[in-house]
Amino acid sequence: MDPLAPAPAEGRPTARSGRFRSLDERPVNLDGFVHETPDLGFAAMRSPHDPPASLRIENGRVVELDGKARSEFDLIDRFIADHAIDLTVAEEAMAIPPVEFARRLVDPSVPADELRRLAAGITPARAAEILNELNVVELMMAAQKLRARRTPSNQAHVTNAKDEPALIAADAATATLAGFREVETTVAVASHAPVVALALLVGSQAVVGGALTQCSVEEATELKLGLRGLTTYAETVSNYGTEAVFLDGDDTPWSKAFLAAAYASRGLKLRFTSGAGVECLMGNSEGRSMLYLEARCLAMTRGTGVQGVQNGGIDGVAIAGAVPGGARELLAENVLAMLWGLEVASGNDTLFSESEIRRTARTMPQFLAGTDFICSGFGAIPRYDNMFGPSNWNADDLDDWLVLQRDHESDGGLTPFSEEALLAARDYAARAIRDVFDELGLPPIPEETVQAVVGAHGSRETPPQSGVVLTRAAAAILERGLTGLDVVRALAVRGYTDIAERVLEMLKQRLSGDYLQTAAILDREFHVLSAVNDRNDYAGPGTGYRVTGERRDQIAAIRQAVDPSRVPDIPLRWPAVSLQLEEVSEATAGGAPGEVVVAVGPAFGSELDRTLAGISHGRVLREVLAGLEEEGAPVRVVRVRHTSDVAFIAHTAARLSGSGIGIGIQSKGTTVIHQRALAPLSNLELFSVAPLMTPAHYRAIGRNAARYARGDHPEPVPLDHEGQGIESRYHTKAAIFHHVETQQISPNASPVILAVTLGALDGAGEEPALASVEARHGSR
Amino acid sequence: MAAADRPFDPHRDYPVSEKRPDLVRTATGRPLSEVTLDAVLAGEITPEELRITPEALERQAQVAAASGRPALVANFRRAAELTRVPDDRLLAMYEALRPRRSTAAQLEALAQELETVYQAPLCAAFVREAAAAYAARGLLLPEKPA
Repeated sequence: MDPLAPAPAEGRPTARSGRFRSLDERPVNLDGFVHETPDLGFAAMRSPHDPPASLRIENGRVVELDGKARSEFDLIDRFIADHAIDLTVAEEAMAIPPVEFARRLVDPSVPADELRRLAAGITPARAAEILNELNVVELMMAAQKLRARRTPSNQAHVTNAKDEPALIAADAATATLAGFREVETTVAVASHAPVVALALLVGSQAVVGGALTQCSVEEATELKLGLRGLTTYAETVSNYGTEAVFLDGDDTPWSKAFLAAAYASRGLKLRFTSGAGVECLMGNSEGRSMLYLEARCLAMTRGTGVQGVQNGGIDGVAIAGAVPGGARELLAENVLAMLWGLEVASGNDTLFSESEIRRTARTMPQFLAGTDFICSGFGAIPRYDNMFGPSNWNADDLDDWLVLQRDHESDGGLTPFSEEALLAARDYAARAIRDVFDELGLPPIPEETVQAVVGAHGSRETPPQSGVVLTRAAAAILERGLTGLDVVRALAVRGYTDIAERVLEMLKQRLSGDYLQTAAILDREFHVLSAVNDRNDYAGPGTGYRVTGERRDQIAAIRQAVDPSRVPDIPLRWPAVSLQLEEVSEATAGGAPGEVVVAVGPAFGSELDRTLAGISHGRVLREVLAGLEEEGAPVRVVRVRHTSDVAFIAHTAARLSGSGIGIGIQSKGTTVIHQRALAPLSNLELFSVAPLMTPAHYRAIGRNAARYARGDHPEPVPLDHEGQGIESRYHTKAAIFHHVETQQISPNASPVILAVTLGALDGAGEEPALASVEARHGSR
Repeated sequence: MAAADRPFDPHRDYPVSEKRPDLVRTATGRPLSEVTLDAVLAGEITPEELRITPEALERQAQVAAASGRPALVANFRRAAELTRVPDDRLLAMYEALRPRRSTAAQLEALAQELETVYQAPLCAAFVREAAAAYAARGLLLPEKPA
C-alpha cells in the first residue's frame, strides 16, 4: 500500500485511474520485475553474501582467496587461484583501494595496458568492488578505453524455423552484406546441424569474404563440424560462477580449459559464454550478486587461456533486467572482461524487454562505447525464425540500427545496402547452395524454393521443407566425411569460382592461426584485425577509433536520405483543382467594408503546386473562396512577394482588407487568419500543422474569416491531432518547401492583385473527411 | 635481409599469413602459396593437410607473449601438443575430464598416454592437476575392484 495514498472512503468502489490503465497496457509492463532479494540471487551489483576481497600468498601459492582458505576451495576457487592470478603483481594490485582503481579505469591518461597488468593480480571479489564504484557513464568511458580491438564489430544470428538450407545461405549472404563479421547459426532439429553449417559456410562467403561462421549445437558435434572445415569458431561453451551450477552443466574448469586447447589445436577460434542471472535461474546462486559470480566466471575464463567471452546477460538477461541496477551490471561485466584482456561479444543478444524503449536503452552503452562485437547475436532474420529465441535486435530493426549509427556517428559495425544488392546477394547464395547440394549428391533444393528464398523475409514465405530429407542430407554429409574442401570443389565445378576461392581462403586462414589471437576478425579482404595488430589505442579525445572519412560516408548513406536541394515528391491526397494566377495590378488598401483579403506566398501556384498535406494549391484556394462565398464576404486574392513568413503574409492581407480581416496561406499549406489591429506575430487563428490540413479545414477557414469580417466571434476551426510525429515526418520537407518559397522573395515588391482561374474538381468523389470536419465544426 | 631469411619476430611478424607467409605450411609441409584452387581441383590437397601445425601454434604463442597475454600462451602450447591427438581420441579425452566420468587411475592413464604417445607433457600435467582437484571435491569415480 502506498503510504502517501489517502485511505479509501468507506463503501467507495475501488476506482481505476485512466492514466494507470493506459500505463498498464504499455509493453514495459509485460516485463517481470522483482524486489532485490540477495538470498535468492536477485541482486545485480552487490549482495551481503559477497565475500570481502582478500588474497594471501605463501611460498608462491594462493592460500586464501576472497575470504576462503585453500582447504575450503571449491573447483572454481582452486582454478582461479592456480591459473587466473598473476602472483607477481598481486600484492601491488590488491593494495590499490577500489575507488582509486576505479578512477584509473575512467582516466584516459592511464593506459589500458597498465590497467590490464594490474588487473591480472586482483581477485573476483575485488573486481566486483572496483566496478561497484562506477556509474554507467564511467563504465562506458572504461569500455571505450579497454575494449581489445580498435575497430568495433558485430555478430549475427542466421537461423530459420524450417532449417531451410537455401534460406540459411541467402540470409548469411545478407548478413555479410550488412557488415556482420561473425555469423552464428543453430538448428530447429539437432540432426540437421551439418546441413545448416554447410549452407551457412557457402552463404557467408557468397558475396564478400572473411566472415567467421559458427554452428551452435552440442559440444562434440560442434567441434566435429569445425574439424571438417564447415565452421571456424565457437562460443556457446558456458561457464558458471558457482560450483553446483558448473557441475550441473556437466563440466569443470579443467574440462572447459581442455576444450579451449582442443579448439585451438584445430585452428578454431573460441570464446566462452557466461553472464548475469544464469546461476539464479538455475537455482544455485549461493546468494551472491550477479556481478561477483560473473567475476568468478571471467577469472576462470581468463585462466583457461581462451581468447574471449560472450557475456553481459545472455540466457539470464531477463533476471538481470528484473532487479535494480541490472543494465548497469550487464555493462559492468562487459567492462570486467575487457579489463582482464578478453575479447568481448557484449550480449545484446537475448531479447531484454518487450518495450522498444527499454531494449534500445539497454544496448546504448555498448553501442556508444563500442565493443569487439556489440551484439553477440543480432538476429539477422525475423524474430519467429530465430532458433535461439528472439534477439534484442532483429531483422526488422536493421534500419533503426543504421539510423542510430548515423545519428550518433557511432560505429555499430553495420553498413547500409540497397534492395538491389540484397536481392542479387540472396539469389547468388541460394543458387550456389542449390548447385553445391546437387554437385555433392545431396537431396535437391527445388527451383521454387530458390525463387521464394530470394524475396522472402523469413521462412513463413518459403515452401515447406521436409525434416526427413534434411536429416538424410545431414547423415550423408557426416557419413561421407564431406569437408570444406569438398564444398570448395563443388563450388568451382559449378562455376562459382569466386565463392570457391573465398571458402578456400577461409580454410587457409586456419593454417597460420592468426585469427586465434584475441578479438580477431577478418575483413572482407581476409586481413585479420585483432588486439595484436588493431590494438585499441584510445587515450582521450583525438585518439582511438573515430568514425571519419570513408567509414563516415558509409554510415551516413542510409537509403532513406534524400537530396534536400530537390523538392520532395508529395503525392496528391485529395482531388486536385487546376489553378491559373495572373498578376493584375499592385494591391492597395481599402475595399468593401466586409471584405476579406486572401494573400498567398511568393511560390504559391508557381514554383510549388501543392501543400505538405498533398492538397493542390488550386484546391486550397477553391475551398477558402467557397467558404467566404457561403458567408457572403467580398474577397480579393493577392500575392505577397516581400516575405515568406505566414504571419506577415496574413498581416499584409489584413492591412489591405476593407474589413481588416485577412487570410495568409504559405505554399506548404500553413495558414493564419489575421486582423489588422493585431501585432504581426499575433493572430485570430493559426493553422501551423500543415500536414494535417484537409480541404474541409480550408473551407472552414474561409467561413470563419467572413464571420470575423462582419464582427462575429465564431468557434475556431478545430484541427485533430492524434499525436503523430509531425515534426519527425515532415520537418525536412517543410524546410525544403519553405526554402523554395523564400527563394522567391523580392524584398521591395509590393503585394499584387491576382486574377484566379480555377478548374473543375478532378474526379470528384466521396470525401468523408470533409463531411466529418464540417459536422464537428458545426456541432460546436 | 629478406623476410624469408630472418627468424620469426613475434613483435613484427603478425599477422603471420601477411608478414611471413613463407613460414606458413600445411600439415604435410606444403607452402601456403601452393594451396590454390587449381591444386584443390587437381586433388592434390587433402582435408587432413589443411590443419594447423604445432609450429604455427608456437608462433602464435610467441605473439601472445609479446602482446602481454600469458594465459593465451599456455593455451596455445597445450593446443600445439594436442595437434598430435586424433580427432576421436581428442573428444574422448574431453569426455574423460568431465565431472564423475573417470577414476583416479583412468585420469593417470590419460596423463601417461598424453606424455608417451603424444609427447604432450603440458597437457599431461594439466590432467594430473585436474585429477587432484577432482579428488578434493569428490568428482572421481570410485576405483573398480580388480
